[in-house]
Amino acid sequence: MSTSTEAEPQEQAAERTPRRRGDAVFSGAALGAGVLIMLALAGVAIFLVVESVPALSASGDQAYGADNIVVYIWPLLYGTILAAIIALLIATPLAVGVALVISHYAPRKIARFLGYVIDLLAAVPSVVYGLWGRETLQGWVFPIYQWLHDNLGFLPFFKGPVTTGRTILTAGLVLAVMVLPIITALCREVFAQTPVMHQEAALALGATRWEMIRMAVFPYSRSGVVSSVMLGLGRALGETMAVALVLSASGVITINLISSQNPSTIAANIALNYANASGTKANVLIAGGLVLFVVTFAVNFLGRWLATRGQVKE
Amino acid sequence: MADLDKTASLDRDLQPLTNPQLPAIGPVLAAVVAWGAAGLVALLLGWNIAGWLVLGWVAFIVVLPAWSSAVEGKRSAIDRLVTSLVWSTFVIAMLPLIAVSWTVIERGAPAFSVEFFTSDQSGVIGVGGGILHAVIGTLVITLIATLISVPVGIMAAVYLVEYGKGNRMSRILTFLVDVMTGIPSIVAGLFALALFTLLLGPLPRLAIGGSIALSVLMIPIVVRSTEEMLKLVSNELREGAYALGVPKWRTITKVVIPTALGGIVTGATLAVARVAGETAPLLLIAGTLRSVNWNPFEGGMATLPVLIFSEATKGGAKPEYVAAQLERAWGAALVLIIIVMGLNLLARVVGAYFSPKTGR
Amino acid sequence: MRTSMRRAIVPGIAALALALTACGSDDSGSEDATGGVEEGSLSGQYTIGGASTQEAAQTAWSVGFTDVQPNVEVTYEPIGSGGGRENFVSGGYLIAGSDAYLTDDEGELSDAVERCGGEDVIEIPSYISPIAIIFNVDGVDELNLAPETLAGIFSGEITQWDDEAIAADNPDASLPSAPINAVHRSDESGTTENFTNYLTTAVGDAWSEGVFESWPNSYGGTGAQGTSGVVTEVRDGQNAIGYADASQAGDLGVANIGVGDDFVAPTPEAAAKILDVSPKVEGSSDNQMIFDLDYTTAEAGTYPITLTSYLLACPTYAEQSDADFVKAYVSYILSDAGQELGSNEAGSAPLSADLEEQARAIVDQITVG
Repeated sequence: MSTSTEAEPQEQAAERTPRRRGDAVFSGAALGAGVLIMLALAGVAIFLVVESVPALSASGDQAYGADNIVVYIWPLLYGTILAAIIALLIATPLAVGVALVISHYAPRKIARFLGYVIDLLAAVPSVVYGLWGRETLQGWVFPIYQWLHDNLGFLPFFKGPVTTGRTILTAGLVLAVMVLPIITALCREVFAQTPVMHQEAALALGATRWEMIRMAVFPYSRSGVVSSVMLGLGRALGETMAVALVLSASGVITINLISSQNPSTIAANIALNYANASGTKANVLIAGGLVLFVVTFAVNFLGRWLATRGQVKE
Repeated sequence: MADLDKTASLDRDLQPLTNPQLPAIGPVLAAVVAWGAAGLVALLLGWNIAGWLVLGWVAFIVVLPAWSSAVEGKRSAIDRLVTSLVWSTFVIAMLPLIAVSWTVIERGAPAFSVEFFTSDQSGVIGVGGGILHAVIGTLVITLIATLISVPVGIMAAVYLVEYGKGNRMSRILTFLVDVMTGIPSIVAGLFALALFTLLLGPLPRLAIGGSIALSVLMIPIVVRSTEEMLKLVSNELREGAYALGVPKWRTITKVVIPTALGGIVTGATLAVARVAGETAPLLLIAGTLRSVNWNPFEGGMATLPVLIFSEATKGGAKPEYVAAQLERAWGAALVLIIIVMGLNLLARVVGAYFSPKTGR
Repeated sequence: MRTSMRRAIVPGIAALALALTACGSDDSGSEDATGGVEEGSLSGQYTIGGASTQEAAQTAWSVGFTDVQPNVEVTYEPIGSGGGRENFVSGGYLIAGSDAYLTDDEGELSDAVERCGGEDVIEIPSYISPIAIIFNVDGVDELNLAPETLAGIFSGEITQWDDEAIAADNPDASLPSAPINAVHRSDESGTTENFTNYLTTAVGDAWSEGVFESWPNSYGGTGAQGTSGVVTEVRDGQNAIGYADASQAGDLGVANIGVGDDFVAPTPEAAAKILDVSPKVEGSSDNQMIFDLDYTTAEAGTYPITLTSYLLACPTYAEQSDADFVKAYVSYILSDAGQELGSNEAGSAPLSADLEEQARAIVDQITVG
């Protein structure tokens, strides 16, 4: 690169016009790439809307036996949100802890390596998690579910009957594993950004490490953690294959987490039924996809907004 | 009298200038005691290893803070409790990674054979054949997606950092890219499907559609990572080039991008690794095919993730067929993980090789 | 590890070789298997598709077909009956598989006739398989179920294994006092449609929801994806019962179903018999071998819960090569080799001699036009 910068000045005066053209072409290409991205996103929205329109009037056989599209999609949306919430309830405390290990607890050299290891969790493809959940994990959690049902069966969550390990709770567990690295990575950055002066001041005043984290790190990073949880939620809502493989779904609405009847999720439902969908049924599924798109859009929007608001406040 | 009391209390305050502390080996001792006791209980009650580990963990969480509380006081005890809990989260987070890796290797390795990598599924009933067609499909579809996404992503990032510089368009674009990062993969698949349904009629099966769907997922990742890297290039370099009369576009291509190249390549490689394992969009648009297809513009293609899904969920007329299909699924899962992990490792190596010029 | 790899490959190759030689030795040269098209004269790639119930059988046939026409590669896309009919009508498939015969409820029959240039569309039962009631119940090896009991179990009326109705059907069995875990298909399915069609016809009021392809939530039970999902769920679950294509039941217990005063096991022969006792659909043309299954039959040795999947084809095709391919392929399926392969590899009940002859007569008339 140094050679080219040296060669330039000699040509400078002579080649004014071609240079401007080069600039124009290049900046045009850069702008074009940006516009293309906008068009692609607009395209996603427009195609989904156009293909969803026929679904609005679908009913009966054309809407998989539901009276109308709302009745069909609502239980799926419920299942989507339920699975995502279970995932976040499990993943968030873990992710905050792991992020603290990497940012504050582990020695610096090890911390970097630990970060890579956690990133590997995110590298495992979702279909592999699905296969693992379907074949292996469900067998491990089955006795636990039986225990939960026997001992905590009075709670509506564990009412049972426990007949299978492939329940919405298992799906939530697998989702938790998948969103954990995402939340961890974001929390880690937020924690690392805490002003060092605040932390050292706290330690100098005699605070233990935990007191320092509680008083100097957490207040500073609260909105950042919330936004990272929102972004994790966005991922959990849209995750498809892991749920599709793990869950034995019947599409009911229930808060019973370990019974034989489980809610399905929008994304998994599309993946499982698309191959056989013909006519308006395809549109019904796409309408479900549109709902999912809107929900994840809103969640991500909220997450980003919180993130930027947190930054401004500093 | 009062004076005497005061000096006495002063004495008490002064004497221990530092609080008593547990020996450095304290946590280790507590761990030995905790898991040792748990081991005895587990043996007596006939529990399995998992039960022993969990019980030991509970004992440790109780023993160490209790000891610390007795010696060091309440605040230290809480600190030790939290430290134990925080490290526990890391161990718990590791469990699924270890479990998944172990299961995939254990069940996938027996599938590996020469035939597994050199043949496809055409003409195979149930048992036998290989996954060559799926490996080729994954490579072709991912390669095309990369060829689309990397230039577009880099150019968009260049626009954001070098040209847009916070104007209205670049703010909107940054926001949209952020939103795009969160698009569920199945929605990207539906987009490609809807697009080609309009173009080709119902139920299109086209490998290039899979590439387009993957591009929708990949572009925002490339934009974000490239943007971060370009921002790290110091302005002095740019100003130096401008001062020498170098046009802006040559400054970008010859100075800025080469400086940030390591990070850009790392980001792009990670993006490839991310989409290589995507299943849902390919299931919708690329479909399943039993034989090798090199032409992305005609017909569908089998890919590793879709093969894993279909082999795992497909039934068979005979139990040995189902077993063979499952083994094939696990074998393909192992191949896919090797590919994805290899890409991740490559990205780290590239990153480590190019990057530490900028102060971080 | 090396030995375990070899263990995996060798039986695979052996099984394949066996399957290939089995059908190779049976039919080479016979007029039946070729449909009058010269062996090895065709070439090219053909994509057909439709009902996923036929996937295993079609995969076997596409492999076996290479014995007759080595240069033809047939791919069967399991995209579902609806998709199969849609693509057949639009001309995407030369042949399609469908779990339901064409009707004019939504104009599909007329559309198909139009696609075939105004001639009567050909419909042949290509895949006949009993839908087995599979179960996995502690201490129960054999299970008899009357149609009413079966309906009660799957509609959620009967919830315990030691219910009086089940005990009445099985006086000798020691039924556990445990809740019934009834497993059904959670996806849209021709199997569900046939099963509920049977229940509606056979028991009347006890089954009030009627015929459906997607299971309604009001009936409860565990949902599972696909036939393999139901089989796995019944196997892994406790005190479970479900319905699935009999060929995939594996080593699970299968219930005998009440027919007349008897209880009949789901064998392919018993399933094929129902076509013999069922009337052809009213108003169907000569080319349409379609049946309204007589679920209420009291004929001894007939298994009533049967899935019949049809092949759709045209009597004439515009291209010579297309006509030749369809004729050769369908003839191969109807041949002894094809029927045996379908039965061995996919559990499809072979057609009775009478029906096979009728079908062949129809296929022989396929021409270019």
